[in-house]
Amino acid sequence: MCLAVPARVKTIEGTTAQVEIGGVTRPVSLRLTPHAKVGDYVIVHTGFAINVLDEAEGAETLRLFDEIARVAEEEEKGEEA
Amino acid sequence: MRFLTEFRRSDLAAPLIARIAARSRTAVNFMEFCGGHTVTIFRYGIRQVVPETLTMRSGPGCPVCVTANEDLDRAIALAHVPGVILATFGDMLKVPGSRSSLQAAKAEGADVRVVYSTLDALDIARKHPDRPVVFLGIGFETTAPTVAASILEAQETGVSNYSVLSLHKLSPPAIRALLDAGETAIDGIIAPGHVSTITGSRAWDFVARDDGIPCVVTGFEPLDVLQAIDRLVAMVEAGEARVEIAYRRAVQPEGNPVALRMMDEVFEPAPAAWRGMGMIPGSGLRLREAFGEFDARTRFPVDPGPTVEPEGCLCGDVLRAVKTPHDCPLFATACTPETPVGPCMVSAEGSCSTYYAYARDHDR
Repeated sequence: MCLAVPARVKTIEGTTAQVEIGGVTRPVSLRLTPHAKVGDYVIVHTGFAINVLDEAEGAETLRLFDEIARVAEEEEKGEEA
Repeated sequence: MRFLTEFRRSDLAAPLIARIAARSRTAVNFMEFCGGHTVTIFRYGIRQVVPETLTMRSGPGCPVCVTANEDLDRAIALAHVPGVILATFGDMLKVPGSRSSLQAAKAEGADVRVVYSTLDALDIARKHPDRPVVFLGIGFETTAPTVAASILEAQETGVSNYSVLSLHKLSPPAIRALLDAGETAIDGIIAPGHVSTITGSRAWDFVARDDGIPCVVTGFEPLDVLQAIDRLVAMVEAGEARVEIAYRRAVQPEGNPVALRMMDEVFEPAPAAWRGMGMIPGSGLRLREAFGEFDARTRFPVDPGPTVEPEGCLCGDVLRAVKTPHDCPLFATACTPETPVGPCMVSAEGSCSTYYAYARDHDR
């Protein structure tokens, strides 16, 4: 029920944006996210953008996972040596 | 797809799983509140890859499942009011009430329409100005602001034949009630990601502050859930309790202030009946008096009839995590997704439906 998916804002007219979700364009209300801009990724729930995704934070989380993977790999090498 | 597939990478999951296994010493129970998390956990086999020390329990975070029969009966009775068009999300259609379902009501001639968004319901109201259109407001904090927005838009644009039967529920009071009941051991909570997009992670501060239980807000991809488990294990082993966010791309501590303001303008907290948990004070949302004309409850006073609970159904116990679907004699016998006895088998994020799809004969 709380299902929500990320989508990229292509155009904005008034309080409605056209967003792209997996290659499909559809209208989404920006009433809950009036600060969304063209090019932003928003998170869409039942036809509303409920928040703007923070790309820098997304990248930082992935960097953290990479770091955990790198440390694990080094430990493995250390054990082998 | 951006923000989705990167968070499903197995090459990043494996080291995270190894780290969880290496760090976890204490036997603990973690509860994921949200049915969406339960689906992720089963779909990606997360219960199978976490160490034996960790027991994952599924919580009551399924709005369709927690809707009480008396409320379902009211919605069904409303659908039968002559002239009314009842608009609802598809999840609600097959949920059995005391005697019927919205799907059965539709078959009997009631005008029940499935919509994707409240704005679609508003469009139906504009197209049929001579008929009352009632939207069945189901959902937690993720959905309630979208319903508030539709009411504000109806008011601004003069759509006077639109109203809402608000069965909305708030999630923190449910967690509070579960912890107060003390029936279920909970040593760590995975808090709902999209609810928290609206409420902010601050909504969960009481869990760490008052109960000393660590809590991590996270998203719905497998790496999100693994990161939440990793953080919970780290806090448990360090003897710490904080509320952390493992879904920083979508959740801030303060949430979405615009959505919160809109929700607060239209709704006020009220007592609400939860399946399996009874009346919980301040856990529902009713329309404020200023929006009375949009309140289907007062606009269409209907008699929902006597409430009858489905015989033998353990949905209420499953929602409180005191039983699992396997404890229910009806599970996968009399109760299947095709012939659901209780709502936990109907909703795609109900525990019974998830177990049926991914763990019909085992618990992990």
